Amino acid sequence: MSERNRELFGLLPSALLLTAGFTAIFVQQSEQLSDLSLTYGAIFLGLCLAAHLFLRVALPHADPYLFPLVAVLASFGLVMIYRIDQELAREQAQWFVVGLILFCATIVFLRDYRRLERYRYTIAIVSIGLLMLPRFPVVGGLVNGAYLSISIGPITFQPAEFAKIGIVVFLASYLRDTRQVLVLGARRFLGLTIPPLKHFGPLLVVWGAAMMMLIVIKDLGSSLMFFGAFLALLYVATNRASFVVVGMAMFSVGAWLFGSQIEHVKDRVTIWRDPFEPTLVDEEGYQIAQSLFAQADGGVLGQGFGQALLHIPGGGTLLPAPHTDLIYAVITDELGLVGACGVLLVYLLIVERGFRIAMLARDSFSTLLAAGLTAVFALQVFVIVGGVTKVIPLTGVTLPFVSYGGSSIVANFVLLALLLLVSDRARTPD
Amino acid sequence: MFAPIYRLYVLFVALFGVLVFATSWWTVFGAESLRENTANRRPLLEQARIKRGLIKAADGTVLARSVQRADDTWTRRYPQGTLLSHAVGYSFLRYGQAGLERSRNEALTGERDEITSVFDQLTGERKVGDDVITTLDPDAQRTAIDALGGQKGSVVALDPDSGAVRVMASYPQFDPNDIPRTLGRLNRDPDSPLLNRATQGRYAPGSTFKVVTAAAALDTGRFKPDSVVDGSSPKEISGVPLFNSGGASFGSITLTEALTQSVNTVWAQVGETLGKRTMARYMQRFGFYNRPPLDYPAGQRFASGEFFEGELLSPTSDRIDVGRMAIGQDKLQVTPLQMAMVAAAVAGDGTIARPHLTDRVVDPDGRVRDDIGRTTFSRVMKRDTAATLREMMSNVVREGTGTAAALSGIQVAGKTGTAERGDGTNQVWFIGLAPVEDPQVAIAVTVERTDGQGGTVAAPIAKQVLEKLIGNQ
Repeated sequence: MSERNRELFGLLPSALLLTAGFTAIFVQQSEQLSDLSLTYGAIFLGLCLAAHLFLRVALPHADPYLFPLVAVLASFGLVMIYRIDQELAREQAQWFVVGLILFCATIVFLRDYRRLERYRYTIAIVSIGLLMLPRFPVVGGLVNGAYLSISIGPITFQPAEFAKIGIVVFLASYLRDTRQVLVLGARRFLGLTIPPLKHFGPLLVVWGAAMMMLIVIKDLGSSLMFFGAFLALLYVATNRASFVVVGMAMFSVGAWLFGSQIEHVKDRVTIWRDPFEPTLVDEEGYQIAQSLFAQADGGVLGQGFGQALLHIPGGGTLLPAPHTDLIYAVITDELGLVGACGVLLVYLLIVERGFRIAMLARDSFSTLLAAGLTAVFALQVFVIVGGVTKVIPLTGVTLPFVSYGGSSIVANFVLLALLLLVSDRARTPD
Repeated sequence: MFAPIYRLYVLFVALFGVLVFATSWWTVFGAESLRENTANRRPLLEQARIKRGLIKAADGTVLARSVQRADDTWTRRYPQGTLLSHAVGYSFLRYGQAGLERSRNEALTGERDEITSVFDQLTGERKVGDDVITTLDPDAQRTAIDALGGQKGSVVALDPDSGAVRVMASYPQFDPNDIPRTLGRLNRDPDSPLLNRATQGRYAPGSTFKVVTAAAALDTGRFKPDSVVDGSSPKEISGVPLFNSGGASFGSITLTEALTQSVNTVWAQVGETLGKRTMARYMQRFGFYNRPPLDYPAGQRFASGEFFEGELLSPTSDRIDVGRMAIGQDKLQVTPLQMAMVAAAVAGDGTIARPHLTDRVVDPDGRVRDDIGRTTFSRVMKRDTAATLREMMSNVVREGTGTAAALSGIQVAGKTGTAERGDGTNQVWFIGLAPVEDPQVAIAVTVERTDGQGGTVAAPIAKQVLEKLIGNQ
């Protein structure tokens, strides 16, 4: 069976999921009977088919499983958001359209993605500029103690979602050039392999950027995600675990030094340690405490679609940000441990496909780009799910393709387009 | 660059493994402690979203029902108001639960075993509780409350064959509908209206306890109904002279006669002859020294027995004056429910059926989920002993202290009791059963702080309730 036919069959699970999910909500909320929900499902499936037909023409040899896996996540996310708030689901569906348009545009205009290498410093500067934007007055602003979003008119935008792609492109390109030198010029010192000082500079710059994010954006999660992606790429490029160890040590020391100076980061850590502390549980610790309470209700099989208690009867929010930060807690509540593990498994399959693409790629830039994009994607999932389950302090990044959020959807579709481009090039017969 | 990518993938698998572990921790292994966390309002809110089942009387009268509020939660209404307030209790989100509402909470909220709840979860069924059909008789309950006539006290009536509680009256009452507004005030009220005197009131039993002594005396074979004992007054018991009521001396009389006239000195001597161990054995068979069995919250059921400084003594404690205990004095404190169980043992051929307020639990589709039925709680005495005792107790109502309980056409057996309280008033009692030839009702009546006697105050109340219950059958 050809790749594209496999992809077509791969879309079947999403079709089933959409039908089952929307039917469940439809049946359950039958008092406000509207066949709108079923229309949503149909439109979404139509969009997926359209994208599939586009891939047939544009990237005939690309990995056949990635798009269906993403479609499963996206349709699942849409059903969850629909269940939380129908108006948000409508907006999310619109963002899907925008995301798919940008997905196609990326594939058409970046057919030879290696051109990106030529603009690597521009891309790096733009990405860092994007990250700084929320600190600027007028467009930016403090939300929940961190600078993560900008507002232009009615549109709120999370620049970090796009910056992560730009920074991975830059790092992949930079490390392609320097990986040999980093390895060959390295010296062993006190049992550690230390890269040559000359090339240490740019690495220090990346470390500095991560620290700056901690200070400027005040968000531990995002800086963990960026610096983690950097270390992953550095490791893939050099195959030196010692670099990673040094990097992690530097990050830990930096995070401890700067983190303890920044109230917001410090608070997050205090909350993380004991969110149930009586003075915290109804204040700063409310979000994580409620997240855990919601998950405890889920049990093994969950309470069923639409059964999670999100609002206090008579008014008031019980579970804050159920459609963005805490959507994983809602999934766990309604579909239980089994459903949550299912979602994690889909992410893991995407990560597996991503790394496979990296291994199949024929040039180092492609390999590093695919590995970097996959790593930053996986880290994002780890940072938000780990935050919601109290593995690490909770920070406000989205669950890719599932959480509500325009920038997240659009940026992740661009990320997907890049992965498929690398894959198509690698698998095209000579 | 294959090897590092592969190792990186393994690392991510491990990281995701951590996420799976964390998720299973919060959803399964640590879920219990999260649900018990006081900051977690979810369990309470969930309860408010459940439509609790109905509580109904034996005749179908609705005693408690759920009404929906504007915010999609449910609250409780009690259409009978004060009438069955203690037995039914109340259930309000912010004020807690009491009575059957508490003890039958699982059934009323529709809690099911794991398999059924998994099915409900998958179908996303909205939760509706099961209905609880009680054994209570609202007509007889009303009669009991009216007969108490505003005096503090209690009436408990059991079906000796099944153990069904048919009347559980306690005065003063409260209106469960008003609990959200009045709970604090009711708690401070010196008349303790929230106290269910039937199960929580502890009183000196007076001469009604002679039924327990008589059961032990006859069942051990140490005495016969016509055994003769010296009934002169005073008589030295445990080194202190004991007087008969009004100081009357009876000379040598039979036990039947001594029960009919409630002769203290005779029964005290019987108690001393039987001894502490025998008395303890029979008391425990009747249910003394343990919380009585009932589908009612444990915290609202008190044990009966000898008390010292507020603590239940051991049944064979050295502090017990067995002679005085045998006539219901000493440090005895008993609940009306316990005394109704004493009557039920005599009525039920020597065995006590486990008392219960719930007849059956019925799910919303009308299927019976739980049928309580009869289970034996205790074998107290031989069938013959119970028959002999019924005969002796019939005499009490026919010609002794309990004539006020007599019904026309129906033979009643019983025993009165009058315990003097320190403040010059009496705690008066009547325990009994009817009809003697085939007992259908066992009853205990008590009234606090009255100037009257068991025979003049409690017996007429018992008469009215017995008449109503037997007439209703």
